[in-house]
Amino acid sequence: MISLPILKSPFKAVEAYRSGTDQYMLLPFRFERIGEQAILTNFAGDYIRLSIQDLSTLVDHRLDPSTQIYNTLLSRHFIAESDSDSWIDLMAAAYRTRFEPVANFTGLHIFVVTLRCDHSCPYCQVSRAQSEHGKYDMTVDTARSALELVFQSPNPCIKIEFQGGESLLNFELIKLIVLEAKLLNVDANRELSFVIATNLAQLTNEMLEFCKQESICISTSLDGPADLHNMNRPRPGHNSHELAVDGIERCRKHLGQDTVSALMTTTKASLEIPEQIIDEYVRLGFNSIFLRWLSPYGFAVKSSGIIGYDTVAWMGFYEQGLRYILKLNQQGIMIREELASIILRKILTPFGCGYVDLQSPTGLGLSAVVYNYDGLVYASDESRMLAETGDTTFCLGTVKDSYTTIFGSEKLQSWVDQTMTEATPMCCDCAFEPWCGTDPVFHHAVQGDLVGHRPTSGYCARNMTLFKLLLELLDQPEYSSILRRWAL
Amino acid sequence: MTQLPIQFALSGTAKIKGERCVRVVRLQSDPSQLNPESEMLICDTAPNLLPPGAIAVLRSHIPIAECEIHHDQFVHLPPELDYLGDGDVIRINPTANQVVVLYRRKSQHNAILVTEQCNSFCVMCSQPPRLQDDSYLINELLEAIPLMDPSTGVLGITGGEPTLRFKGFLRILSSIKTYLPQTEVHTLSNGRLFAYVRYAQDVANIGVTGLQFGVPLYSDLSHTHDQVVQADGAFDQTIRGILNLARVGVSVEIRVVLHRFTIDRLPDLARFITRNLPFVDHVALMGLEPMGFGKSNLDDLWVDPIDYQSVLLEAVDLLENSGLCVSIYNHQLCTLNRSLWPFAVQSVSDWKRYYPQSCNSCTVREQCGGFFASSVRRMSRAISPIQ
Repeated sequence: MISLPILKSPFKAVEAYRSGTDQYMLLPFRFERIGEQAILTNFAGDYIRLSIQDLSTLVDHRLDPSTQIYNTLLSRHFIAESDSDSWIDLMAAAYRTRFEPVANFTGLHIFVVTLRCDHSCPYCQVSRAQSEHGKYDMTVDTARSALELVFQSPNPCIKIEFQGGESLLNFELIKLIVLEAKLLNVDANRELSFVIATNLAQLTNEMLEFCKQESICISTSLDGPADLHNMNRPRPGHNSHELAVDGIERCRKHLGQDTVSALMTTTKASLEIPEQIIDEYVRLGFNSIFLRWLSPYGFAVKSSGIIGYDTVAWMGFYEQGLRYILKLNQQGIMIREELASIILRKILTPFGCGYVDLQSPTGLGLSAVVYNYDGLVYASDESRMLAETGDTTFCLGTVKDSYTTIFGSEKLQSWVDQTMTEATPMCCDCAFEPWCGTDPVFHHAVQGDLVGHRPTSGYCARNMTLFKLLLELLDQPEYSSILRRWAL
Repeated sequence: MTQLPIQFALSGTAKIKGERCVRVVRLQSDPSQLNPESEMLICDTAPNLLPPGAIAVLRSHIPIAECEIHHDQFVHLPPELDYLGDGDVIRINPTANQVVVLYRRKSQHNAILVTEQCNSFCVMCSQPPRLQDDSYLINELLEAIPLMDPSTGVLGITGGEPTLRFKGFLRILSSIKTYLPQTEVHTLSNGRLFAYVRYAQDVANIGVTGLQFGVPLYSDLSHTHDQVVQADGAFDQTIRGILNLARVGVSVEIRVVLHRFTIDRLPDLARFITRNLPFVDHVALMGLEPMGFGKSNLDDLWVDPIDYQSVLLEAVDLLENSGLCVSIYNHQLCTLNRSLWPFAVQSVSDWKRYYPQSCNSCTVREQCGGFFASSVRRMSRAISPIQ
């Protein structure tokens, strides 16, 4: 305890303003033991690390009010004194802030403009060969009906993302959707943005010109160095990597450095070489990389013997990659890992996030929705991939249905009911619940129901490991300020 | 940034005579433009003829003997007020022989004083509250605001606690909205009144452009904040006030004065702000001004800035890395860690800024905020010219 000077009369000492120390009150919190320590979290998402002994003293109401730990617990709303109650307003505001994305409702609207693709990637769940022209393209009528639904969403920020197949194979429809969306937005007045997900192999200068005119961003696939990328992404000519790199350069030149981002898919072959994958991203001038985990269902489940892997193997890959990225940052190479950034934002800030796979209640339909080429509406990208294997559980209707039929459906409501982690078995007692989420498509596909069984869930195991890893890294001074910046 | 108006008693040679009582007037240098109802003529040389009803304001160097005007037609300025010029607004009190400068057109630091009363009693207050009734100030300000230049960039509102006279405060805001529609308004307030959301709503309803409240928050712990402001329950009121101002869409700046009672928990306070009040538009970390209680309690409050650099760095890093806008006020560059220089602001108003002799050889003097004249009472051990 720091001793402070005694001020001259009439100024009073701190004791005159502190009457509530006799009996502090415990505010709601959960904890997780990690060795001899415990991580405590509250529903505002704040946390503190305590020794097991201090935790025990805390819950026995025997903490000494003159200690630093006591003050920290008071500051972070784990305890309260009777003479101050603004904590309840602060926690209410923090709670509302965390759930703001839910209140905003659906922001990401995915248009699958075609299933045709020039690639034949073994992990892809949905694509069809290029030859079957017409059958797998979205029609103008479907696109227009979907647009009607898009602008009924109350979200002030609407992002329209084009996916495939290879989306550029139906570029005429992309043009039509962009122009008509802008027209509809004259009245709707939203913050409207567009992204095209593409492997860039089909990119022409005319397309670039259109993207520039209409301020469209590009999201491409880059799995790592040429060998790995071309093995993961076969196409005639075996030049997928070369075309992607060339496309990235052209996009940057025409549209600007930051208008193109890349996503990677982790396959079994990737697991051995995280450093080389990251180096490739750095070499190509990217300032972020998303070390993603492969959705283990759809076509991927069928071929998982060849390209799939288990949670432990992925975690090893992830940790090795993350530590390498941190090392690069220490050397002044600024590159961030996206999954860590999403989780750190949850740990370090009061803000929620729109990342579909880490939300409670589920982001299905609430964060994102997919308008499929055939006019069916799915709750997420994974939902439509599952549907391609014959399981249409996550189909919400068709673009011809009314907005309320789709978004007010009992189906969607029951998913929301079942996926509030505040109330799902084991999640409700988990210290990491405020930062975690739910993945009903995964649990349905792998465990047979939307909620899933936590002790055997790969989703749970992976997230628990990620939280513990990031908390450990955050406590290391050499990484702390790098990681804090990622949470911005 | 914002300063109280400075009062100057006129010197022995000053003359303010005539029948008129206290007046708020604008200075006008062009006789042909003069409106004697609301303006006085500021003169650099002795005038020989004045328009009917006009009063001249003479700079100190003009010998009274050379003036061929009647003695109740002029005000003779003391040398300290020679900086006054066209467009400035002053209050003249003939009976007290007093001129108060209310507004300087060329200054970036104009602030109006609503009241000197306050419901807090901060241990380091540089302008301690006074109990006497000063409600006449509101009417004077309502006279002064229409005389100010509509191109004024920023106008401060200060006290005391300006919201204590809430109806008058609202009238002042309305007047600013009417007469200075493009001016940004920065109010210094402890925010306690806004614990009641309806008062915050009343302020928001006026719709002043760029209205911001600078609200002091001295600790993440209620009892520490309450002790600093010497008011029980103030923390809860200020916290609710900040939340309510944000709720009604009014911009908030948090101000922290650094001294013995606030410095130890500064990083905790920074973290508290990032977690609980991330919507604030600015956080100002301010050096102690050794005036008022800041002077009388100086021995108990003083911490040499070079002794708190590590906590200041930690706090700035936390705020900055949470995307908050943070500034350091009232610190000389030589007392700050170099990585904090980008956050240092020249916050001491131009006419109050002071540099001791030793600063003459300093290479960063022009970027440095310098000292309050009062700061010479206690200077950091780190003060030395940077080569």
